[in-house]
Amino acid sequence: MVMQAQRPTVPGETLSGIPLKVVYRPEDVAGLDYGRDLGDPGAYPFTRGIHADMYRGRLWTMRQFAGFGTAEDANRRFHYLLQMGQTGLSVAFDMPTLMGYDSDHPRALGEVGREGVAIDSLADMEILLEGIPLDQVTTSMTINAPANVLLAMYVAVADRRGIPRERIGGTTQTDMLKEFIAQKEWIVPPRASMKLIQDMLVFGARELPRWNIISISGYHMREAGATAVQELAFTLADGIAYVQAGIDAGLEVDDFAPRLSFFFDCHVDFFEEIAKFRAARRMWARIMRERFGARNPRSWWLRFHTQTAGVSLTAQQPLNNVARVALQALAAVLGGTQSLHTNSMDETYALPTEEAVTVALRTQQIIAYESGAAAVADPLGGAYFVEALTTEVERQAWEYIRRIDDLGGMVAAVEAGFPQREIAEAAYRYQQQLERQKKVIVGVNAFAQAEERPIEILRIPPEVERRQVERTRQVRARRDQGRVRAALARLQEVAQAGGNTMYAIVDAVKAEATLGEICDVLRRVYGEYREMAVI
Amino acid sequence: MGNRKIRILIAKPGLDGHDRGVKVVARALRDAGFEVIYTGLHQTPEMIVNSAIQEDVDAIGLSILSGAHNTLFPRILKLLRQRGAPDIVVFAGGIIPEEDVAPLKQAGIAEIFTPGTSLQAIVDWVRQHVSPRGVKA
Repeated sequence: MVMQAQRPTVPGETLSGIPLKVVYRPEDVAGLDYGRDLGDPGAYPFTRGIHADMYRGRLWTMRQFAGFGTAEDANRRFHYLLQMGQTGLSVAFDMPTLMGYDSDHPRALGEVGREGVAIDSLADMEILLEGIPLDQVTTSMTINAPANVLLAMYVAVADRRGIPRERIGGTTQTDMLKEFIAQKEWIVPPRASMKLIQDMLVFGARELPRWNIISISGYHMREAGATAVQELAFTLADGIAYVQAGIDAGLEVDDFAPRLSFFFDCHVDFFEEIAKFRAARRMWARIMRERFGARNPRSWWLRFHTQTAGVSLTAQQPLNNVARVALQALAAVLGGTQSLHTNSMDETYALPTEEAVTVALRTQQIIAYESGAAAVADPLGGAYFVEALTTEVERQAWEYIRRIDDLGGMVAAVEAGFPQREIAEAAYRYQQQLERQKKVIVGVNAFAQAEERPIEILRIPPEVERRQVERTRQVRARRDQGRVRAALARLQEVAQAGGNTMYAIVDAVKAEATLGEICDVLRRVYGEYREMAVI
Repeated sequence: MGNRKIRILIAKPGLDGHDRGVKVVARALRDAGFEVIYTGLHQTPEMIVNSAIQEDVDAIGLSILSGAHNTLFPRILKLLRQRGAPDIVVFAGGIIPEEDVAPLKQAGIAEIFTPGTSLQAIVDWVRQHVSPRGVKA
């Protein structure tokens, strides 16, 4: 099937539908005031970057997301990536772990170790982190609903190794609002989830000065079909809800705001993405200073991790994905990211092979060390087009934030299904544009090829599930059952009384209670969330 | 009965919450004139088969992106046979490696749509391969 007949036309709008002129001129940025709207890199409102010297001072962290199979398999991949020059760990957990089920739960059938690593107990976490210097390498964990349990396990491993808690650094995603909006791995309902996050914020402020408790994430919304504007607006609106939650929990805004970080998608529309990152920094600085009265300049900083857009990769002509990822990574760097994951070319099929992930990591290193893009802070600052687009993306995002404020804030908006509907609508519209070739995807709806050469993909052997289930059963058989029961009962009491659950979870983890058992207590106390399914 | 609308259950087996594709396909089928029932997320094979029988559907469309298809699809087919509904047409889509497609089709999945398939192709396929149960195509 060769579709050569018509050559598609170049779209005259961004991916999210902002119309584009052929050329931009000084009058397109006439309203812009340098000091007020841009500022130098390192100066409020940080449109041009949070650091004055940007990547000359410190390169972004190259953080490939990895994890599959058992803790041993994932640990081997971590050591491989660190040896290849990766500078931080990023852990992908499997679906049962993300949903708070142990590997032998009936709902875990067929899912164990497939989309990430299976972690059921402290024993798994110790194997996962074997040989990793926790006081030197920072670890990002893509975990949300049971983030409190995984953080407790990480802390317990550090405690056992005698590493002071103030020396361990990393990030738990812990962004439940985004889960209800897009990624959809949940345990308890939104308001109870916010309470658990408050417990983590307080624990973090007291115990873990180097830990980023929440990474406010637009990535999954974008992958679910959000436009760049929706991703920006909903992510910042989630951020507003978390800052408010921290304040409501009795914290001073400057006690925890400097440790909030963000996670964005970088899609294939090069300039719209750069504009999105620049607008995000400017908006967050204003939100923190003007709306919340934060005084510490670090509270004004929007620090962010970026992942290239998984959804933009194609199963057809997979080598083309290397080019897509390189463009997206370059946009993230020009947009001033602090940390970057580049997707591997084979990720439309499965988790990446070692070869594919190496090419993806090398792409970052080529941008960093060969391209010259890292030498100058905000090199596109002042470009008529980039500044005009940044302002337009920002304007549209503020409109959404106002609508969400009118609905009573993001928790209420999520309960009402507002962002969910907006994203589903955008996804459907986009798909229809593909059908009509109004948007072009090379190799899919244009320039398709009859013959596709298959690429090698990573297979997760079915024995993984059996081995993991065995280990979890062994852990349950060997531990001190009285200590486990007491720890779980204590957690239940604390949760029912509205106390801080985090300390009780750390104790339960140390008693070798499993992830599933701890989450069962939370399900009993707070109830399970069920989504209203709408199409 | 002959011109009764075709009823399709659209379901997401397993734990992955990636519902962009399933929702887009469900909407396209509905817009094409089929009666569509969407189960929502995190469905076990048992839940899906129960819904299909209760709703008396003609077809089930499954979407899965987590790699659990080799475990969950055959289980759904087996349950349909056990519950006396082997004539419900089961089709599927999602991230399913090429080498898994033939064995799944042999096991009884009527068609598998992989990434990049157009909505129109799915709608056309349903028109050609699904008819109200009990009515000859």
